[in-house]
Parts: sequence; C-alpha cells; structure tokens
Amino acid sequence: MCLAVPGRVLDIEERDGTRMATVDFGGVVKEVCLEYLPDLKVGEYAIVHVGFALQRLDEESARQTLELFAELGLLQEEFGDPWETAAEAAGSEPVEEVRNQ
Amino acid sequence: MKYIDEFQDPELARRLLDDIHATVTRPWALMEVCGGQTHSIIRHGIDQLLPDKIELIHGPGCPVCVTPLEVIDKALEIASRPEVIFCSFGDMLRVPGTGRDLFQVRGEGGDVRVVYSPLDALRIAQQNPDREVVFFGIGFETTAPPNAMTVHQARKLGIPNFSMLVSHVRVPPAIEAIMSSPSCRVQGFLAAGHVCSVMGMGEYPELAERFRVPIVVTGFEPLDILEGVRRTVRQLERGEHTVDNAYARAVRAEGNPAARAMLEDVFDVTDRAWRGIGVIPQSGWRLAPKYRAYDAEHRFSVEGIRTQEPAECRSGEVLQGLLKPHECEAFGTLCTPRTPLGATMVSSEGACAAYYLYRRLDMPAAKAQEATPVV
Ligand code: SF4
Repeated sequence: MCLAVPGRVLDIEERDGTRMATVDFGGVVKEVCLEYLPDLKVGEYAIVHVGFALQRLDEESARQTLELFAELGLLQEEFGDPWETAAEAAGSEPVEEVRNQ
Repeated sequence: MKYIDEFQDPELARRLLDDIHATVTRPWALMEVCGGQTHSIIRHGIDQLLPDKIELIHGPGCPVCVTPLEVIDKALEIASRPEVIFCSFGDMLRVPGTGRDLFQVRGEGGDVRVVYSPLDALRIAQQNPDREVVFFGIGFETTAPPNAMTVHQARKLGIPNFSMLVSHVRVPPAIEAIMSSPSCRVQGFLAAGHVCSVMGMGEYPELAERFRVPIVVTGFEPLDILEGVRRTVRQLERGEHTVDNAYARAVRAEGNPAARAMLEDVFDVTDRAWRGIGVIPQSGWRLAPKYRAYDAEHRFSVEGIRTQEPAECRSGEVLQGLLKPHECEAFGTLCTPRTPLGATMVSSEGACAAYYLYRRLDMPAAKAQEATPVV
C-alpha cells in the first residue's frame, strides 16, 4: 500500500470540480487526482500513491523506477487482483470478484 | 557480493558499496523507518552486502502492521453490518483481528470491497445512495492526504452515506519514541522518502539535534538505500548529526504544500496506539470536529470492543527493532503468511513477511520443513 509508483500523464480533465488525469504506469492506465499537483501537465511524470499525484519526477528517474518495479513484480503486486492474492495466501479458492468501478 | 548483479545498475551499486566499506571503521546501528525499505533490503540481500559493522534495524514504518487490533476489530464489526459496503485497500484483507479478518467477513456475506484509491469508495457511495459506504482510512503521511481529500470532497459534494474509519499515524513522534526508549540502539535513521515527499523535512532538524542522530531521507529502491546508508555512515564516522536528503528527485524541503494544507484542514493531531507498541503521544490524526459527521466511529457505535492479541506474537518488539522476525518462537511454525498471528506476517511491507518470503534459509532446518511454501 505504501508503494508510490511513477506514472506519465496522458490526459487531464475536470470532474466534479476536481482536476483528474489519466495516467500510464508502464502499461497499466489509472485515474489519478491532480489536486495536490495542480500544475502537472500532459506528458509529465509524477509519483502517484493511492490514486493521487504527490510529487513531480523527471522522466529519466521515472522510467528507471518503472523498469525496476516491473522487473521485481512490484507493479503486479500494486495493480493485481487483491482478492486473488488474499485467497492464495489464505490457501482457499479465489472468491468471485465484485466489480466496483 | 554475491547478489550484486541483481541491482539495476550493478556498477553504481558496487561503487557505493566500496565507498561504504572504505568509510566504516566502527560498528553502527541504523534504522530504516519504512517497511518498503525493509522489503527492498531483505529481498536484495543489502544487509548482507554491507560491512559486518553496519547493522540495519527494521523500523515501525508499516501502516498495516501498526494499525491497532482494536481498530481492526471495529472495522470487522462495521463491515459485518448488512447496510454497509466496507471499502479498504487490498493489504488490509488478511490482517488478523480478534478471531477473524476482512477476508472472512466477506466469506460470511459482508459486502467488503477493495479499492485502489479512496476516491473509488466515494464513487461507490454516490452509486449506492441507499447503502452506508465506509472507507478504512489507515496509513502514514503519504496516504493521509488522499484520504483527507476524499473526506473533504464528501462534504463539498454533500454525500451523506460516506464515512471513514480513521487510524492515521505520523512518523516523527515514532522516531522520538524510539530514541527516548532506554533500550534504543539506533544511531542513525534512513527516513521514509515518500513520507517526506508530502511533509518535507521540516520536522526533522529538531529531532536530529535533540538526539544527536543523523537523519537521511532515503528512497526505497536498492540503490537509494545504499546511498542513504552511505550518507548516514559518513556523518556517523565524522561525528555529525544533520538532516540530509538522499532522495532529492522526489523530495523537496517543503514537501507538498497543498497536501499539507489539506491535512491541516481535515485532521487534528491526536495520541494514537500502535499495534504491539502502545500509545505514542501526538502520533496520529483523527478527523477534525467540522468533519465529525464523516467519522465512522461516530456514525456506528463500536465502543466497548474487547481485543486480545495472541500471546505468542512478539511483533511489538519486531516493530521497535528489538527483535529480528526469525528470533520469534512462532516464526515459520505457528505463524506463517497462511496462518498469521500478527500483522507483520501479513502485510506486504511487514518485517516478518519479508523474512518469511526471502530469508527462509535462515530458519532452523526443522522449522523450514514444517513451514508451508507460499510461492
Ligand atoms: S513471526 Fe508471527 S508471531 Fe512472531 S512476531 Fe512475527 S507476526 Fe508475530
């Protein structure tokens, strides 16, 4: 949960009066809130934690970190299915996922 | 240096290590505060690459691990109610409360959902106006701003069926508690980089001065950790104790001012109990009075919950760096990721889990055989 992952802003829009972005994390695309980094622009990188951009990052260190995370399987840990992981750890069959988005 | 090829930049890792080896003349004990750093250290064998004179002590920086049992039990109680949709980050699912966990509550019919972001929980509340949506708000200074923003949004948008069970914790009071303990052996800190991305470094100079301890802001990738160790050891060898930033690409001195302002608006600093450790003064946040309507503890009466920690679990000592996980009697036998006794064995950032996943050879042979394979 404490993993903050660098991502690249693909697209920015206003929703419910909030600045939101579509962000690419080395292939996984997620919605990210930009309220804490309102100046972030399309094409720029930031470290993102639980759906919020928290600090700018330069492209080179973002790219390096993403490569490393992918290699270590950390992206799977962060964006994979938590119910499957929990079921596996508990030694039981995965329960059917309730889709919530 | 048998693992060094696994580093992203083995040449740079070698140079940093050479420098550390050349600098160290005396034994030093450093604490890495963040559980993500602990996992990185154990996974890459960083502690084994360092000179024998340097000991890395694992700190209490795993939000899942330090969430008090009482709060977990409150979460389980609320999540069991038929009118509630209980939303949580995925790594809380298997944290043991008294007798069960959120995963089991869902098996028994509770509507427990995993969200990636707290804003997802708010959306679920908008989509289900006839249900009560409760979000489990735990975490350190990195997670608190997103959760604060979500409560702020709930109020702004007037979403009446959303509330948050809040159990946020703050790092600097934990550092203070660790340094004030008579059994403390820590001589230098690798501070948690992402916490400082939000909070900046302003809270640290006073601590560094008062306890005469170097505090080096450190990231949690392997090379970041080596650089953090290198800078801390340099200070120690020179008799210095300043605050230094070894993670400048993600940490500015002032942190993230917008996030800090939101924290101040939504939360009040409060005393908080840490699982296995006890109450640390001023070490947590709770919702400020004007957000009281969004406080799940206020909305659902969950007072009078009696909690009981398993007697065998020594995670409190593990979290304070007084005991290494494999020194716990239950490690790998009574306690495994499949049958965890403490949160430190469950969390993806927990120290016991790190040792179990990457250090199984450290267990006595008999124990290693009994233990259930996890991968
Ligand atoms: S190994 Fe298990 S029982 Fe022992 S301290 Fe860690 S979590 Fe607690």
